[in-house]
Amino acid sequence: METSGHGGGIAVADPRPQPPRTRPPTTPDYDDDIVRLFFNATVLWGVVGMLVGVLIALQLAWPAANGGVPWLTFGRLRPLHTNAVIFAFTGNICFTGIYYSMQRLLKTRMWNDTMSQLHFWGWQSIIVAAVITLPLGMTQAKEYAELIWPIDVLIAMVWIVFAINFFMTIARRKVQHIYVAIWFYISFVITIPVLHIVNSLALPATLARSYPAYAGLTDGLVQWWYGHNAVGFFLTTPLLGLMYYFLPRAAERPVYSYRLSIIHFWALVFLYIWAGPHHLLYSALPDWSQTLGMVFSIMLLAPSWGGMLNGLLTLRGAWDKVRTDAVLKFMVVAVSFYGMATFEGPMMSIRAVNGLAHYTNWVIGHVHSGALGWVGMLTFGVLYWLAPRLWNRPLAKPNWPTTHFWLATIGIVLYTVSMWAAGLMEGLMWRAVDDMGQLRYPNFTEIVNQLMPFYWMRLAGGVLYLAGAIMMAWNFILTARGGVNREPSGDVSLPTQERAHV
Amino acid sequence: MSEQNGQQKEHWHRRLLEGRVGLFAVLTTIAISIGGIVEIVPMFTVRAGPEPLEGVTPYSPLELAGRDIYIREGCYTCHSQMVRPMRAELLRYGNWTRAGEVVYDRPFQLGSRRIGPDLQRVGGKYPDAWHYEHMRDPRSTSPGSIMPPYPWLLTKRIDARDVTRSVVAMQRLGVPYHSVTPENVAASIQAQGQSIVRSLAGMNIQAEPDREIIALIAYLQRLGRDGDAALEARARREAGTGNGAGDGGAASGAAADAASPAGAASSTNLRATDPHAGFR
Repeated sequence: METSGHGGGIAVADPRPQPPRTRPPTTPDYDDDIVRLFFNATVLWGVVGMLVGVLIALQLAWPAANGGVPWLTFGRLRPLHTNAVIFAFTGNICFTGIYYSMQRLLKTRMWNDTMSQLHFWGWQSIIVAAVITLPLGMTQAKEYAELIWPIDVLIAMVWIVFAINFFMTIARRKVQHIYVAIWFYISFVITIPVLHIVNSLALPATLARSYPAYAGLTDGLVQWWYGHNAVGFFLTTPLLGLMYYFLPRAAERPVYSYRLSIIHFWALVFLYIWAGPHHLLYSALPDWSQTLGMVFSIMLLAPSWGGMLNGLLTLRGAWDKVRTDAVLKFMVVAVSFYGMATFEGPMMSIRAVNGLAHYTNWVIGHVHSGALGWVGMLTFGVLYWLAPRLWNRPLAKPNWPTTHFWLATIGIVLYTVSMWAAGLMEGLMWRAVDDMGQLRYPNFTEIVNQLMPFYWMRLAGGVLYLAGAIMMAWNFILTARGGVNREPSGDVSLPTQERAHV
Repeated sequence: MSEQNGQQKEHWHRRLLEGRVGLFAVLTTIAISIGGIVEIVPMFTVRAGPEPLEGVTPYSPLELAGRDIYIREGCYTCHSQMVRPMRAELLRYGNWTRAGEVVYDRPFQLGSRRIGPDLQRVGGKYPDAWHYEHMRDPRSTSPGSIMPPYPWLLTKRIDARDVTRSVVAMQRLGVPYHSVTPENVAASIQAQGQSIVRSLAGMNIQAEPDREIIALIAYLQRLGRDGDAALEARARREAGTGNGAGDGGAASGAAADAASPAGAASSTNLRATDPHAGFR
């Protein structure tokens, strides 16, 4: 294993006692104000997005929960939930982690503070616009691309600001080689605008309504090329970048394998793009296209597990810390769920399995094992690691993260198990045929009503997960009260015993 | 696998790429472009791309207005519009969905989840009055349904000028509206709306033709109808020409499955014959 030769970023490689690391006089003055802004936004929108999720989960179990109000109906809030957790919660944690880690990895301040601020406020205004327009029913009806065209234009403009600032910062780096986390960030910064612009091409009819440049199955293919790669390049690659920075920092171990990171990076960015048609299996999309989607989805297992293994094996020799350090607990469970979700995904892409799973709650369970398990848990781990460093004081409630961890973990288990069961059940009931060749359950609502216990169970899981997130938010509010502690700590990172741990 | 050695030769990736961010970014862009280009571009260039089925025509202005309401309310979050070529789906919903049936769907509404049933063949399945009552109170027509009521559709009005803007945009996108012009959109809405109002009146429901519920009913009643008619016409044609051409097609169609570019040679773009014809 070539370990410490891996980039210039991970300083804490040697487990042996080391002299206290003080800031060398040449260390640039990093912009951590922008990191704190994105940090706060992550926490805020995370709670909001999960709250909307809990509400619509309740509506499936108890339809009257929309109160008869048009803008609280499931059809309008479901896009708000998905957009909030993807672009607001996940987006903001990606930016939090990128702004924190890239300055340190490249040993330079962000190129332009104004552009950083423009990026932050632009992104938040996009989210606020989404919170207003989606409940009003202003939508393009393409999943995770529902936002109306003026907001789409704003997204593209804000992203360009971010990309220029990002690449200029890299150009002005004080280290020669870029670390693996930065590779993943680069793929994120490049791919998202490509997906967003191609999928959003549309002709406006009014300010709030437009019709896509593509029609029918072509529109469907473009959408799922976008949709699947939004998962790939918004929910996976930037977070793998965060994993490559924050997991070794938290574990105080170097990344397990440099070669593995090269192979799985290039394989991942190349293979991911092909997998979109697995969302359209058994459609009238050409067979060769469906087959490509299926085959590449299965191949995707290899680079995905490459990333998982590289993450988990980074903990070799540090597993005792997982027992005591809540940050590592979150990260280990996150990487494990990444492995599980990326095993389940290829399996569900197999035509025969997809025939059963497609359109059912199984897909919802799959998505949430990735979203709650991988994205959510990694985010919580990163946030708990960052908070004491960003405010320069220990967490106000150092024991709460462990409670949060268990609430979240039990919540995910309830969620995924109930959705697997519900998905299998409805999938099998939809296709059940009796000896006479007739449908065994011709009445659709009969099947729907069989799912009720699972919908309640899923709601319970979601409530536990949300409760943990609220606990975290409260902890951060208490920690950040009084603003940033400007007392010099004499050290870039806080000593271990001041970190959040039990 | 040994201790890091300062004299060791640098890995090629580190030597060639990790210091050259421009090159790294270019290679990343190439890596993420190939798959999309290979899969998406043929949809525009090869004749296998979706083309209209014979007899599938664009949505009328009222139906288009109804479709916009369907989109506004997020119906696609619970209802798919894609019947798959599987035995149980053919029994439950009808003919499986052909590419040529959805060529005027902007955006597509194939969906990804069936919290409620598929709607691609819902057109003509229930009377207009059923839809009216179902939207007012879903449990009045479907006991046990978890669909929310949409009473506001019964009172909110559609604006003919607004619908005209949609029609004009569709025309600009190349949707062939031959008899519809911006000037006669309002009249078209009125005429189709009146026919639905009359059918509702027959069931003792008093409604105004310019309400959103009328547009939504018009859209729902249209779903899957053109495709069904085209498929029936083709079946009749094949039965007429005889010589077992249809039967042979059905047998070989099992291999061709849903759609294959090879089948695009067919002049009607129907490609392989329904592989599941034997199930019905």
